[in-house]
Amino acid sequence: MTTVAPAFLDDAADAGARDVIRAQGLTAYFGAKKVVDQLSMTVPRGSVFAFLGRNGSGKTTTIRMLLGLLPPTRGSSTVLGHDSQHLPSGARARIGYMSESHSLYEWMSVRECGDFQSRFYPRWNARVFDSIVGHFHLDPRAKASSLSRGERAGLSLAITLAPEPELLILDDPAIGLDPVARRSLLESMIYVTRGADRTIFFSSHLLDDVERVADQIAILDRSVLRARCSVEYFREHVRRFVLHFGEDGAPPAALPAIRGLLHARRAGRDLALTIAAPDDDTHQRVRALGAASVEETPVTFGDAMVGYLGDRGEQGFFLDGNTATSGGASA
Amino acid sequence: MPLTVSIQPGSNVPIYRQIVEQVCAAVFTGRLLDDEALPSVRALAEELVLNPNTVARAYGDLAREGVIESHPGRGMFVSRRRQIYSGPERTRRMDQAVTSLVSEGFMLGFTSAEIIERVAAKTREAPAAKPTRPAPKGGPR
Repeated sequence: MTTVAPAFLDDAADAGARDVIRAQGLTAYFGAKKVVDQLSMTVPRGSVFAFLGRNGSGKTTTIRMLLGLLPPTRGSSTVLGHDSQHLPSGARARIGYMSESHSLYEWMSVRECGDFQSRFYPRWNARVFDSIVGHFHLDPRAKASSLSRGERAGLSLAITLAPEPELLILDDPAIGLDPVARRSLLESMIYVTRGADRTIFFSSHLLDDVERVADQIAILDRSVLRARCSVEYFREHVRRFVLHFGEDGAPPAALPAIRGLLHARRAGRDLALTIAAPDDDTHQRVRALGAASVEETPVTFGDAMVGYLGDRGEQGFFLDGNTATSGGASA
Repeated sequence: MPLTVSIQPGSNVPIYRQIVEQVCAAVFTGRLLDDEALPSVRALAEELVLNPNTVARAYGDLAREGVIESHPGRGMFVSRRRQIYSGPERTRRMDQAVTSLVSEGFMLGFTSAEIIERVAAKTREAPAAKPTRPAPKGGPR
């Protein structure tokens, strides 16, 4: 790290900054349609941060605003300490971005794609490129146009990782990948974390993969940020209560208000409630339903997510699970 | 014998807990020996394709439970003195395990005699039929 291209020097000031991404009230409209609604969050340096939400919830639009590819209607964001809308080229060179579409120069071979890209990056690491190409079993002589979906993702990833970006932004990198390519992708992501201050921000629908590699999550639902916390915090704070009503009992026809209730399901004399962050008051209200027995069980990460994104909840329960997510954090 | 851990994402047991349970099982059945070195956090994370923080959390819990211990600069090792629970807590944990075993057995339609029979067979074949020794003098090295 002693020889740094001049372009990087002016960024030294933010080198120790704790957050690599800060968004404040980021809002995007497409015509009259609100796509992202006042999104405020921070992504700490060194995290593997999963950006979750259903299709159309606004994830890609958010990523495009963060990268300065789309001006926000309102609000602002900084990436690596710079305003997203005015990212200097030095900062851009420290960000690796892989879009959903894996746009490649179709007429070039795998090797030519690498050689071509390397000219734009002073820190290009050919060994990283070669090892990822090898990891995905790509033939360096194959034309980009001849590659399968998974192979294209591998080549994109090699191109994105070879400059050893400080911040890696992957928009749904696993989409359409077969299990072997998916595993290679995850292995590459874990490999990136060898650099302690390197950050990965990625969107995904594959919750098993998220559970493996992520340590922080944010959940976007219908344009609104609904959760921003650690994976463990999320898991531990979504609980399921199974209420058994005896022979002469039955679940109540209508449920009273229970704070954090995400999902309720009736099955005969049983009632299963999925609840976010239950406290003493929640337990009291659950007991007041008059069941013969109440069993509290843990849920899977996937169940917690589905419960959280299901029909019921409109609020965010985990926005304060972590510091530095509430407003007032001016840059 | 090298440690083999297999991880099941999507389980209602968090991944760090799966590691804790499997390391415990390996230690108490003798597949991991006293003083044996564990893989580094980084090595196990890469082998299992997990966020290193998850492995670090598992090791932290194992160290707190006294199953493994950190030798600064050298890594994590299986502890020699593992009997860290005091009387009532030790009993409570045992009862908890037995309760779950017995109810599972009844649910599967075994009679109490059959359950006892199978437990007896298992205790005979377990290589860890070594009861935990009293702590060595001078404590762990």
